[in-house]
Parts: sequence; C-alpha cells; structure tokens
Amino acid sequence: MEPIRQLRSTTVVMAATNIDTDQIIPARFLTVTTKLGLGKSLFADWRYGADGAPNPAFVLNQPAAAGSRILVAGNNFGCGSSREHAPWALLDYGFRAVVSTAIADIFAGNSLKNGLLPIVVDASTHTWLVANPAAEVRIDLEAQRLTLPNGVATSFPIEAFARHCLMNGLDELGYLESKRAEIEAYERARPA
Amino acid sequence: MSGRTLFDKVWTLHEVVAESPDTPAVLFIDLHLTHEVTSPQAFAMLAERRLPVRRPDRTLATLDHSTPTRTEQVFGGVPIKLDAAARQVQLLETNAAAFGIELFGMQDARRGIVHVISPELGATQPGMTIVCGDSHTSTHGAFGALAFGIGSTEVGHVFATQCLLQRKPKTFAVNVSGRLARGVTAKDLILAIIGRIGVSGGTGYVLEYRGEAISALSMEERMTICNMSIEAGARAGMIAPDETTFAYLAGRPRAPKGAAWDTAVAAWRLLVSDPDARFDASVDIDASTLEPMITYGTNPGMVVPIGAAIPLTHGDAVNDKALAYMNFHGGDVMLGKPIDVVFIGSCTNGRLEDLQAAARILKGRKVAPGVQLLIVPGSQQVKLAADAEGLGDIFRAAGADWRESGCSMCLGMNGDTVGAGKYAVSTSNRNFEGRQGVGARTLLASPYTAAASAVAGKITDPREML
Repeated sequence: MEPIRQLRSTTVVMAATNIDTDQIIPARFLTVTTKLGLGKSLFADWRYGADGAPNPAFVLNQPAAAGSRILVAGNNFGCGSSREHAPWALLDYGFRAVVSTAIADIFAGNSLKNGLLPIVVDASTHTWLVANPAAEVRIDLEAQRLTLPNGVATSFPIEAFARHCLMNGLDELGYLESKRAEIEAYERARPA
Repeated sequence: MSGRTLFDKVWTLHEVVAESPDTPAVLFIDLHLTHEVTSPQAFAMLAERRLPVRRPDRTLATLDHSTPTRTEQVFGGVPIKLDAAARQVQLLETNAAAFGIELFGMQDARRGIVHVISPELGATQPGMTIVCGDSHTSTHGAFGALAFGIGSTEVGHVFATQCLLQRKPKTFAVNVSGRLARGVTAKDLILAIIGRIGVSGGTGYVLEYRGEAISALSMEERMTICNMSIEAGARAGMIAPDETTFAYLAGRPRAPKGAAWDTAVAAWRLLVSDPDARFDASVDIDASTLEPMITYGTNPGMVVPIGAAIPLTHGDAVNDKALAYMNFHGGDVMLGKPIDVVFIGSCTNGRLEDLQAAARILKGRKVAPGVQLLIVPGSQQVKLAADAEGLGDIFRAAGADWRESGCSMCLGMNGDTVGAGKYAVSTSNRNFEGRQGVGARTLLASPYTAAASAVAGKITDPREML
C-alpha cells in the first residue's frame, strides 16, 4: 500500500445522511473476484439513468467533481453491508478520503485497510464543508488535522495503529503475523 | 470494581494480546464462516503470499449470496444464468479444495444461508467469537457469542492467522420488559428498537438484548433480533445463553456430546452480565405496547406501527427523498396500500418458525391476483423440515413460489429481484434504495404481515387473519 500523509484536494459534497453500501456499490456488481475496476459502478443507480447514460443532475457527473479526491458526505456514511467493494469502488474512482460527522463501523475499518481515510469532523466544520462544495481542503494525517481554505483547522480522531500503517504504507497482516508465538501460546493454553 | 458484561467476558476470553494506546487487541476467532462473494479476494491474497489457511478446522464455507433458488437450477442441471455468479461459485469450490476448507456445495443437504446453517448444525455456540464477511453475522449473538461482520481484508487476516486486530467496542443495554402481544413478532420488536435508537444509534457499540421479553423468545426469534443489530449501526448484538439456548443446541451435529456437553453447559452458564455490570448506554422498551411494524422509507429506522400514518416530514430533505423514492407522502396511512411482490425468507426470517408463521396465515387462503409470493427457506434443512410438516404444500396451494435456499430476493444479486417501481413486502433486513432490484420499493415486515399482505394484495394487519 502507498503511504499517505497529506492530502490536498477539492471536495465533492453528497449531503444525504445514511448513504448505505448498497448505494455506494449495488449488490449486482459484487460478482467480481478481484478488487479492480469497481470505480465505474460507484453510485451506479444514482449516477446512471435506466438507459445507462450519465445522469447530469448527479454530483459526480458535474464538471466541478472532476479530479476530486475528498468526498464530503452526510451523517452515518457507509452503513449497511460489510462489502469491502464499497471502499474499493471509491478508491478505484479516485477518492482518498470520506469526511462526515459519523462513518459506519465496518465501512470505516474496511476503508482504513485500503488507504481510504474515514474522517469524522465536528458538526460546524461539516456544515461549512456542505455549504461550500468544491472547496480546497487539506488533510494532514500525521497531525490529524483538516484545514479549510479559510485557514480554519480542526482535528479529527483516527485509530492509532491504522494511522501508523497508513503513514508508512504497511498492511496490518504483517503485524498480526509477527504475533505468531502469542497466537500459538493462546491456542495451546485454550481449553478445547 | 463493577461487574462485567456478557460482552466483556467473551472478549477477555479471546484476547491473545490486549489492546494498548498504540495497538488494537489481537482477538482469537473461534469460528470463521465464509461464502462465495466476499472470499475471492482474501483467497487471492493467501495465494499471492503463499500462506495456508491457519485453522481449516475452524472455517466453514457455503454458497448462498449469488446462487439461484430455482429447483431446476440447483438440482436439475440447468446452469446458473449469471456467468459472474457461476464463476464465483466455481472459484469457492476451487479455493475450498486447495486450502482444505469444508464447503457445503450447491447440492449438499447442509447448504443454506451462512447464518442459518451454522446455528442449525450446532457450530454456533455460546461464548464463541464468530466472524464472516457479511454484516448479518450479528445473528449468531443470539447464542451469547460475540459475532460480527468483517470485510474481505479481514477475511484474509482470519484465514492467515485465525485472529483479528480489534479495538474494544462500547456496550449498550437494550432492556425489553413485558411480553409481545399476539400477532406481534421478534421482527416487529427489532424494527421498533431500530426505530427508537436510529440507524446509527448503535455505532461503536455491542448491543446486549435483555429482559423478560427477550428471555421469553425462542432461539429462532432471538436470531431475528440479533440479525438486525447492524441495522442500528451496531456490529454485534448479544443475548445471554440460558435453558432455551442449551435445549436448542443439545443433540445438534456439531454441539459437544456426553461429558463434554456437561462441561460446556457449565461454562456457558457463566456467560451472563453480572448484576452490577455497567453499560456505556441503555434504552428501555416495553414489548407489551408494540404492534406489528412496517417500514415506509429507505432505511430500517423509517418504521411505523402498521395501523399508523407516515410521519409528516416538514421539509426534512432526507425524509422527502426517501418518500419520493417510495412514492409515498407524509400522512399516508400504510394499511391498504397496494403491493406487487411478497418475499418471505433471508437470514432474518427464513427459519422454520418463520415459515410456520407464514403457513398459519396462508393455509386455506390464496395469494391475491397479480401478487407474486416468493418463499425461500434459509437452508436446505429448513426446506426439508418444512416439507415434512406439509408447509410446502400449503405454500404451493396458496399460489406461492416455494424455492431452494439462498439469500435470494434480499439483495438482488442472484436473479431474484423486484422490478423497478414495484412494492415488495419483505421479511428481509434492508429497505435501502435498489436493495431488491433497481428501483424496487421495499417494505420490511414480519412473516405474518408479509403473508397477510400477499393474501389481501395490500398492506394488511395480520392479526385480522390469525
């Protein structure tokens, strides 16, 4: 995984609350056997009409969305299924961070393991971001700080070990494997 | 020091390494369930790194999500229509053989929805940690197990190490007093709970369902409750094991036998929250006041008693969007709204008792003209048991389509879908936009309500037919 420390990008705003993983990537696209190529199906039912043509009213189909790597979303983003296809699709499309006031647990965990930053900010920062689409925002993972274009900065929480792995481009399996002796000892000591 | 919760006890028993400020806990996983949709990328990771599955003996695979439910496709040699789904099935067969994992294949009598087959085998047991690449793994918490859904990267972690890195979640007591009234089911109770705490009310927590109403539930009803914990945002829901739990497990193929059974039950009896245990949050609900519930919007928290009207939104954008999708309006009465499809099945309500409930309504009645009723058993064992007591005959006589097991119309990725703009009363767990098919409009309800609505061709209070 590529290390990630800083991110600077304009935002795309999807203010709806409770955007679930079936919207992010509908189940009919889960018949894949790799992680690749899901970006074209991201938000498929909102992004394309019944004829498959892009829906011009949808935010990702508007010129201002081009090149954005930060998605600002309403509360409880990523609720629903455990499909890791959701962060895979967001990453494949080009997003590297999701900013909301709350992000669903399984989605947030899956995102951290793939280099998509799940960033939870306070309500006033979020309100500003929603009111100012396409704002250029800076995210500093090391300082755990998100800075608005007006210079106002806010700190965000992120699990310490996941942050360490993201900043150094490590994956968590290496750490788990380094605990082999402890795992073996646990298995030996465990009642059958 | 205050007492410990059920969750605390199960968590502590599985800590290989405790968490620190810098590192999450290394948690040992007793049982890893897997299926064709979320495992391919995890097996590919193992192959890439030349790693084996560390504990095939603690891993169980089935086919459920993308598989067809038509008998001729499961048993008759008619191929799976969806090429991609056929590839996934084939890939799990190949991977299971290559990594030495037990797989219940397409025609195996033990196959079914992953969260239905593990309990019926007795593989799900109190005090276990159980994971699966599926958010409804919370189902197994009904046995006092700590069970939660994981993504495919974590599926790979468990394959490789039988462990997961986890931060300890907070605890949330859901205290349910009283008893459910006649015609009001566990499904109605969990929908009411989600309506109360909201679809993100459980985020960061493990729920423990407690109280008189919970103790009175059967194991299958408890599974319905724990199944939908994730719809409140909680990764896991738990119910302390008791005599009902032990009676359900006794004699099941993979439950302990003989002296080992006695030892196990003695240990399981300790898996209750101490009287002085403290929870980080709680809610109190009186089951006796509840009525059959039905959703009207596009998440499971948008729910009302079946006799009620849809709340007025007063310009709330989220509600307006949901109602526009459903083509409903604030103030509309739910009863009497016409429907097109009824789906009875899923890991939420696809077990034998759910089918018995549906049959109670359907016996001697007919599905309304123009309505499609699809009944899909949660497992092949459920199908056998239902047929043995004549439920299949009742369903067919009523005009229902009685299928083979699978996730089916719950998630519209296997050929069973609801058409665009159609209304489906469904016993499944999610009424998200497009969940059951592009443009499909889902109304979540109990098997009673689903069956009664199929007969009437409109949303119907099942108590009229009981």
